[in-house]
Amino acid sequence: MNAATLFGLCAALLVGLGLFGLIVSSHPLRKILAFNVLGSGVFLLCGAIARRGAAAGMGGDPVPQALLITGIVVAFSATALAVALLLRLFAVTGSVTLANEAPAAAPVSPQAPPQAPPGEV
Amino acid sequence: MIDLLNIGLVTLILGLAVWAIVAREDFAAVVGFIAYGLLLTLAWVQLHGIDVALTEAAIGGGLTGVLLIGAVAHLRGSAAAVSAEPTSTPVRWLAAGVTATVSGALVICVLALPNPAPTLAHHVADNIADTGVGNPITAVLLAFRSMDTLLEAIVLLFALLGVWSLASDKSWGGRPGPQPQSDPNGILAYAARVLPPLGIIVGTYIFWVGADHPGGKFQGATILAAMWLLVMMAGLIDAPPISRTWLRVGLVAGPLLFIAIGLAGVLTADAFLSYPQGLAKPLIVAIELALLPSLTLVLGLLLLGAPRRGVQS
Repeated sequence: MNAATLFGLCAALLVGLGLFGLIVSSHPLRKILAFNVLGSGVFLLCGAIARRGAAAGMGGDPVPQALLITGIVVAFSATALAVALLLRLFAVTGSVTLANEAPAAAPVSPQAPPQAPPGEV
Repeated sequence: MIDLLNIGLVTLILGLAVWAIVAREDFAAVVGFIAYGLLLTLAWVQLHGIDVALTEAAIGGGLTGVLLIGAVAHLRGSAAAVSAEPTSTPVRWLAAGVTATVSGALVICVLALPNPAPTLAHHVADNIADTGVGNPITAVLLAFRSMDTLLEAIVLLFALLGVWSLASDKSWGGRPGPQPQSDPNGILAYAARVLPPLGIIVGTYIFWVGADHPGGKFQGATILAAMWLLVMMAGLIDAPPISRTWLRVGLVAGPLLFIAIGLAGVLTADAFLSYPQGLAKPLIVAIELALLPSLTLVLGLLLLGAPRRGVQS
């Protein structure tokens, strides 16, 4: 088995692990973490495919490799936005639950907008 | 020998990924994720993607890790509100089934990949001389597929707008991040004085060498942003209020120059984002040079998050 196949199989398992964490984790931060594991698995899979395309004296196909760099940066910006949303949710409700029932905790900030009715989030 | 190394690497990566998913403590999970990102960097080296390895180390492991650690520290004490709603056992089994199916399908795909593999490397090798740069990744990012890079720079700006728009009304236009607390004799303040000169040289070098060797503006900008963040975390300077004009001009200057050069391509060459014959290398360097400060600012500000303190405070 060559390195590309080995890391390709590793990537397939990482995608599964990330997906599992994304579904079963109840803490939104852990969901973001699992989302990143899932994403890096997809990137690694593309990387293994790029490695198989080695030709013309290059160690891998440079086109997918360049697009992976773009992908990693965009994944970071999505993560930053998700974390900011989570921190805002915590600042407004004092909790980070994703349950439909609005948490019992009263709004912490006096500037907090009125709570959306359950189900509208 | 190299196979043993790869098998060990894969085992460690999978083990750390499991740890990041199932660990009880959030902080422990994030630390596991950072180690996972660094090991993934080694996997990229094994796959001959040195440019991707640099990006993964700087952004995938480094910046994302710092971002998540910051979030964990912020959310301390909220765990009680979450533990009341564990996922039910049937859902867990269902999730395991779905996950196993997806992974199984991917494994079959990996084992059934066509041989010989399709590749665009020959096209890149045939046309790289026209761009004047020696690193094929840079040629793809800034010549053959420069539209992707332009849109990526704009996506980063949109993400920052999204983060900023989550500020409360009273802190809009204010400073992101916590109030700086400086211990002028502390080890952090010492590191924040000693490291930035080295970091700025390394970051600039990685940016500059990217034309012909692995490296480039994203990796360089991440190192520069890390130095900026280090000085802010040590409390030596405060984060700028997001209403500052220089800040906003700096954020959009890079993408705007990119678009301007792209539009000039319609007149001087034959299409948007195409370069006139012989001028490709200087134009690519100009775009990278303009994007470097913009990317440094946007990466640093994304990490700082929404403004939390009003302009007065």
